[in-house]
Amino acid sequence: MTRFEVNGKAVEVAVEPRMTLADCLRDVLRLTGTHLGCEHGVCGACTVLVDGEAVRACLMLAVQAEGRRVTTVEGLSRDDALTPLQQAFRKHHALQCGFCTPGMITTAHALLTEEPDCDADRVREVLSGNICRCTGYIPIVEAVLEARGAYRGSGRAGSDGEGR
Amino acid sequence: MKLPAFDYACPATLAEAVALLAANGDAKAIAGGQSLVPMLAFRVAAPTLLVDLRKLPDLDRIDIDAAGVRLGALVRWRDILADARLERAHPLLVAAVRHVAHYQIRNRGTVGGSLAHADPAAELPGIAVACDAEIAVTGQAGARVIPAEAFFRGALATALAPDELITELRLPPWPVGRRFGFEEFALRRGDFALAAAAVFYDQDVNGRAGAPHVGVIGVGERPTRLASVEAVLNGARIDGEVIASAAAAAAAAVDPPDDIHASAAYRRALVGTMVERALLAAHNRHPA
Repeated sequence: MTRFEVNGKAVEVAVEPRMTLADCLRDVLRLTGTHLGCEHGVCGACTVLVDGEAVRACLMLAVQAEGRRVTTVEGLSRDDALTPLQQAFRKHHALQCGFCTPGMITTAHALLTEEPDCDADRVREVLSGNICRCTGYIPIVEAVLEARGAYRGSGRAGSDGEGR
Repeated sequence: MKLPAFDYACPATLAEAVALLAANGDAKAIAGGQSLVPMLAFRVAAPTLLVDLRKLPDLDRIDIDAAGVRLGALVRWRDILADARLERAHPLLVAAVRHVAHYQIRNRGTVGGSLAHADPAAELPGIAVACDAEIAVTGQAGARVIPAEAFFRGALATALAPDELITELRLPPWPVGRRFGFEEFALRRGDFALAAAAVFYDQDVNGRAGAPHVGVIGVGERPTRLASVEAVLNGARIDGEVIASAAAAAAAAVDPPDDIHASAAYRRALVGTMVERALLAAHNRHPA
């Protein structure tokens, strides 16, 4: 049995060692917000947070998550309203087909939590690890830059307790 | 593709990890998995056992003293970039690591993983060779230290025995005021280099370059120093003419492959340009 925490809840899964964290989240835990694009670590769609740090869930084994705190895109939303980051994505049309969006949101959330004063160059550098084939990135960069304000001060613009 | 089936072990000590590797001929060690998991996904590697190193103690340390910089095998790119001491203790290392992969990869990828994977275009093996670093390893027969020059045998091939694990990368001390430059060209940010150059030298009171080191990656089977370029620089007052000669010598010294990313002629020219830019950066950089 592998035990870890997902979006604030303790989980226990029986998985083969070869199962990636991404497949475990999607197929075992039914958290299908985490998308799988390339499955070999180049597209960034499967980005999740492990102990608050952005990682590619297709390049981590589920068994390696033992004892860790995993946050998926589901854990970065609220039931009552859009988060500031989601609002900024909507305002700037930072998504079209939406396939890359979970990875963009998780990556941007990690970045803004750690570096709420990052500049546009830094945002572009960090998002270079996430492939978007629709938007041309400009609206995504604008959205992330706009969301910075919500992460300053308290450092708590997300939902479930990242950045503790 | 989904990964091939394998068994998994997560030992608590280095000795247990080595024993597991020794007892299973086609076992592989896994740390961050940022190179190994893609190889599994492509079925380029199909070990029967993965030995996870994440519980091994003390391998995530960065030690800096008069003997130089020692990076534990489990030190991640993120840890290097977050350690403010390294800006002074080894600025060339920091400059090179800024080119390593992407944000998410840097949160998992490790020093030991990069060295063991030995991609000919990877930054850290290039820095290890350029700096005359040593790689400390431990196996069933005990610990030994391998010079970086002898460690990298070819593309994805190292001097590590099947039962050996990398424990530490040891970089020699970095004197105050050393001139250096690191320049890399990749098709996209975070990609492996088409070519990159690391250069450094110590300038004496007469303005002459001493102990020049010039290393290149991406243009051969393994990272290499270019002795003919170092000979151009050694004892010279670095100026535009010397830099141009060094760049020409660099292009002449390498024999890069043709592949789908670039022709051999393009890569050769690129090496010259990278060496030129790195030397210009070294020359123009105000010494710390």
